[in-house]
Amino acid sequence: MWDYTDKVKDHFLNPRNVGEIEKPDGVAEVGSIACGDALKFTFKLDENGKIREAKFKTFGCASAIASASAMTEMIKGMTVEEAAKVTNQDIANYLGGLPDEKMHCSVLGREALEKAISFYKGVPILSQEDKIVCECFGVTQKEIERAVRENRLSTVEEVTNYTKAGGGCGNCHPLIQEIIDSVLAQPSAAPAAMPKLSNIKKIKMIEETLEREIRPALKHDGGDIELVDVVGNRVMVATRGACSSCQASNLTLKNFVEVKLRELVSPDLMVEEVPA
Amino acid sequence: MKPVYMDNNATTSVAAEVLEAMLPYFHDLYGNPSSMHSFGGQVMREVRKAREQVAALLGASPEEIVFTSCGTESDNTAIRSALSSYPDKKHIVTSRVEHPAVRALCSHLATRGYRVTELPVDGEGRLDLEQYKRALTPDTAIVSLMWANNETGVIFPVEKAAEMARERNILFHTDAVQSVGKIPINLSKTAIDMLSLSGHKLHAPKGIGILYLRKGAKFSPFMLGGHQERGRRGGTEATPSIIGLGVAAELAHKKMEIENTFVKGLRDRLEKTILETIPNAKVNGDRQNRLPNTSNISFEFVEGEGILLMMDEFGICASSGSACTSGSLQPSHVLRAMGIPFTMAHGSIRFSLSVYNTEEEIDFVLEKLPPIIQTLRSMSPYWKVGAAQVCGEA
Repeated sequence: MWDYTDKVKDHFLNPRNVGEIEKPDGVAEVGSIACGDALKFTFKLDENGKIREAKFKTFGCASAIASASAMTEMIKGMTVEEAAKVTNQDIANYLGGLPDEKMHCSVLGREALEKAISFYKGVPILSQEDKIVCECFGVTQKEIERAVRENRLSTVEEVTNYTKAGGGCGNCHPLIQEIIDSVLAQPSAAPAAMPKLSNIKKIKMIEETLEREIRPALKHDGGDIELVDVVGNRVMVATRGACSSCQASNLTLKNFVEVKLRELVSPDLMVEEVPA
Repeated sequence: MKPVYMDNNATTSVAAEVLEAMLPYFHDLYGNPSSMHSFGGQVMREVRKAREQVAALLGASPEEIVFTSCGTESDNTAIRSALSSYPDKKHIVTSRVEHPAVRALCSHLATRGYRVTELPVDGEGRLDLEQYKRALTPDTAIVSLMWANNETGVIFPVEKAAEMARERNILFHTDAVQSVGKIPINLSKTAIDMLSLSGHKLHAPKGIGILYLRKGAKFSPFMLGGHQERGRRGGTEATPSIIGLGVAAELAHKKMEIENTFVKGLRDRLEKTILETIPNAKVNGDRQNRLPNTSNISFEFVEGEGILLMMDEFGICASSGSACTSGSLQPSHVLRAMGIPFTMAHGSIRFSLSVYNTEEEIDFVLEKLPPIIQTLRSMSPYWKVGAAQVCGEA
């Protein structure tokens, strides 16, 4: 049985915004019945250019229904520009996470959103240079590249989980590997391209980074640090040992701890010292 | 919530009588049947009795029964044994709808220098015996065909197929995991050389299986170790499970008739009423030659996982051949081999009953299922098309 979060179950059993809007501003159909997932998505704007209504119809498993329901809830009240920034990871995070094998459901939601926005703007989405890589599920090179880049995927199996590419006959596995290699070979993109972390993931990564990278260095100088709390992007720490009485500890926190955490976890983090 | 359990082709409950028979052999009578002392010897006698009980269910002699750990081990042992017994023969004949225990092994062997013929099935899941006959060659080491399909319940004519193999001196193995206890089997009257059985599909515990080995058939063991099972399968006997399987075999023997009257009646009523009350539903597989407990039904334009999880809210347990539940991204290999269209395959649900199901449980499912299908269809972008078809037919 899939390990679905309560939020996934809730959005599956009580899906929000099921239906189809008549005369929509944006409309998209993605997936196909042969692939086992299909989504029809429509939205309508209000007079201020914000999304007033968003509706969907889905043929697919519980997580496909939940992802579509979540996506429509998330974008209501957004402008088209804001909605265009919603990523598949945002949809998964909204649901408290999805099993790896089901990440493609969140990708389907994002694809529908993107396609509907293109429809609204009147721009075609499939550019000339793009080509189908996975014949079984009709996944293009650009789609795979994007999934690899945005979700930092490194194996064919992960690409299959996120895009379905390679989940059929398997003939395209070498091609997918080539795409992964070429995307990963590119210098890492601007910080904005880093994935948005869920709080749990963020805290875990902060803890790991402290354990692995930071505490050993501080201990070397007779000091230590302890994670007290994480609120949004504020990382609250307490200093211990030699650090707690050291005049330079504030400098260490900013120049070493914060730099490391920004580099390894998220560029938005700020480190603050709190009393132990 | 007490489950309404209709997933007996996946696994079954351990029968109360079976559990009771097993319990003393965990703590009080834990002796090793191979020991020289009488403390172990008394367990050996119980193992012998279990072997007789299983043999009686299969119409075999007790010495033809080898205890294994599961159906998968039995399948692997049978096929590998045939290949080592006939090292010059490099061809395996099987079907496209076999259980992964056979299918995955054959795909593996295909990369190790063996030629594998996977026989196709028709839209009803049936084999073509003429085609089968043509597939048998002097190079064929073994035929492995399942007796009944786990997903659809469709029964293969294995007795006939085994005779055709014997005429050509080819070993014949059948995975009978789903059919034992559900349809009468008398191996002494067949040309089957090897047969796999799994305890947990007939109300014995998980972790115990049988390989039937015809007396005189060439055999080469898979598990090497002690002299247990006459050197045919090393490893200390799982005594509580073996004793439990013996009792389960005896119970299955006694209840075979109930299986083919009462259980079949429940299944037929469930199936018939579903088809009458839910439009665009279809039974998958040959309804004439089918296990009495299994019904595989497709609900067009909806996806199986959604149906299962909504039924789960009411405690109803079944399974599906949809992609989302298969662990891969494609629907069940059985339904694909039968050429079931995608619109149908993704929405397939298998109900598999047992003697422990009741009329009330069937009523409960019949009450809960139609609204579930309706809810999911109202969400499906394809349903309008389907509904129009129904109107057109009416």
